[in-house]
Amino acid sequence: MLKFDHVSKVYKGGKRAVHDLNLEISKGEFICFIGPSGCGKTTTMKMINRLIEPTEGKIFINGVNIMDSDPVQLRREIGYVIQQIGLFPHMTIQENISLVLRLLKVPEEQRRTRARELLTLVDMTPDYLEKYPHELSGGQQQRIGVLRALAADQPLILMDEPFGALDPITRESLQEEFKKLQRKLDKTIVFVTHDMDEALKLADRIVIMKDGQIVQCDTPDEILRNPANEFVEEFIGKDRLVQARPNIQTVGQIMNPSPITITGERTLSEAIQLMKQHRVDSLLVVDELKVLQGYIDVQMIDQNRKKASFVREVVDTEIFTVSKRALVRDTIRKILKMGMKYVPVVDDKHRLVGIVTRASLVDIVYDSIWGVDDLSKIG
Amino acid sequence: MDTILQFFGTNGSEMLYKTWEHLYISVIAALLGILIAVPLGVALTRFPKGAGFVMGVLGVIQTVPSFAILAFFIPLLGVGKTPAIIALFFYSVLPILRNTYTGVSGVQKSLLEAGRGMGMTGWERIRLVEVPLAIPVIMAGIRLSTVYLIGWATLASFIGGGGLGDYIFSGLNLYQPEFIIAGAVPVTILALLTDLLLGKVEGWVTPAGMKKMREAA
Repeated sequence: MLKFDHVSKVYKGGKRAVHDLNLEISKGEFICFIGPSGCGKTTTMKMINRLIEPTEGKIFINGVNIMDSDPVQLRREIGYVIQQIGLFPHMTIQENISLVLRLLKVPEEQRRTRARELLTLVDMTPDYLEKYPHELSGGQQQRIGVLRALAADQPLILMDEPFGALDPITRESLQEEFKKLQRKLDKTIVFVTHDMDEALKLADRIVIMKDGQIVQCDTPDEILRNPANEFVEEFIGKDRLVQARPNIQTVGQIMNPSPITITGERTLSEAIQLMKQHRVDSLLVVDELKVLQGYIDVQMIDQNRKKASFVREVVDTEIFTVSKRALVRDTIRKILKMGMKYVPVVDDKHRLVGIVTRASLVDIVYDSIWGVDDLSKIG
Repeated sequence: MDTILQFFGTNGSEMLYKTWEHLYISVIAALLGILIAVPLGVALTRFPKGAGFVMGVLGVIQTVPSFAILAFFIPLLGVGKTPAIIALFFYSVLPILRNTYTGVSGVQKSLLEAGRGMGMTGWERIRLVEVPLAIPVIMAGIRLSTVYLIGWATLASFIGGGGLGDYIFSGLNLYQPEFIIAGAVPVTILALLTDLLLGKVEGWVTPAGMKKMREAA
C-alpha cells in the first residue's frame, strides 16, 4: 500500500539525508526503521505525510502519488504519533483523542462516542475522558497519543520513537499492548526507533538504514540469522545475535523431521523389531494420514505381550505434543519440567511432522555456547 | 466634606459624562490595539527575522513623548476624539504585540509538530493550539496596556478629546485643587477597576486545562 520509488532528500546546504530509497510496504505490515542518529530514518518517515517533501523520486500510497494530494487532507488520513507525545494541554482527553475527527468536521456526539470506544481499547475507564493530559502518567499519555492516531480509523500510522521517552517498564508494557492492538486492528505501521530490542519485538520487517540508504530490509529472524554486513552485525550487537538464536527459533527448525513411527494395525512383534532396528525404546503411533494416535514403549509391550497382539490394543493415547510453530524456549522448559524424554511435533491437523528429543536440546545448548560458525571451524 | 458634596452637586452629571468619555477613548484605543497587535504578533512569529525589526521600530515610537505624538496628530487629523484615540492606539500596540509574540513563540514545538502531523491547517493551528495556549501571556499584555491607556487618556484633553483630563488641566491652570482631585481620583479608580475586570476576563478565557495545570504545578 506504500511504495517508495527512488526517493531522495537533499536538505538546503547539500546534506543528503536520504539517498535513492526504494521500498514497498504491504497492507497490515509493521515496519520498523532503525539506524544510528542521522541515518535518515525520521526523514524517510516524515516524507510519507509530507512534513518533509522529497527532493527526488515518488512516494505512492495505494497507488496515488502523495505529491498529487493535498498535504492537509493527506495527513488527516495518516495517523501520527511522536516521541514527545504532544497532547494538547488545554484540551481534555476526549478532545485530544477526537481532534482529527473535529478537523474532519465530524459531529460532536459521534466524536464523543468514538473517544469512549477507543479508550476501552487500552483498558482505560471513561472517566478519563474529562481529565486533562497533565493529570495522566507518561504511559497513559502516550496511550492517548496512540488512540489519537487511531481516531479517524486511519489505515496507515506513522510513529516516531513513540515509546522512547518512557521508562523501561512502561515501555515494555506499551509495546506489548500496542503489538496486540495492531494485530487486532490490522493497521499498516511505519515505526521509527533506535532501540533494536523494540524493533525485534514489534516489527514484521526491519529496515536498517545508514547514511540515508537501506542496509538491510528483512524480517527480524532473518536479520538475526543473516546480518547483511558488519555494520548490521555491530548494530544488532554480538550479544543479541548469540542470545537471540535459541529464542527466536521455532520447534519446526530444530526438530528431527523423521521420527520412528508405526501404525496401529501392526503387531507387537513387528514393533519390537522396529525398536531394535532403530535402537529406540518407544515408537509413535500414527494412522495412514500420519495423524498422531499415541505411543508405545518397550515396557508396555513387555507387560501386554500375553494379552494383546496388535499395537492399537496397547497404545497410550495420552501424549503431550507441541505445534511446530511453538518457540523452542517454551518447549525446552516444558520438556525439562515434565521430565519427558521427547515431544512429538504436530501441525494444525494433529499430523506428526517431527520430534524433539533430549538429544536435540544438547544440540541447541551447544550452538548457543559455541555458535554454529565455530562449530564449522572445529569441523 | 461639604465642599465635596457641593462639588458633586454642581459637577456630578458632568463628571459622569467625562468619566464615560475617558473610558470610551481608552477602551476604543485598547480594542483597536488588540485588533491590530494580536494578529500582527501571531504573524510575526511566522517571520522571526522580521519580528525584531518591527518591534524595534515600535519600541522607538513608544519612546516618543506622548505629548509630541498628540501634537503630531493635530495637523494630520485635527482635534477631537479621533486623533486622541489614534495616538493612544499607538501606545497600546507594543505591549500587546510583544506579549502575543512571546506567548505564541513559547508554545512547545512538539505540539505544533503534532498539530501539523495530524493535518491541521496553519489557521487551525493558530486557532486551536497557539492562541489558546498563549492566552495568559497575551491577556497580561492587554491588561497592562489598557491600564496604561487609562492613565494616558488624560492627555487627550489637550487635543480636545475630552475625558477626565479636562478637570485635571483646568485645575492646574486655574489653581483649583478640587478639580485636579476630581480628575485624578476617578482615573485611578477607573484604572483599578479595569485591571480587576480584565483579571477576571483573563480567568474566563484561559482554557480550563491550563488553569488546572498551573494549580497542580
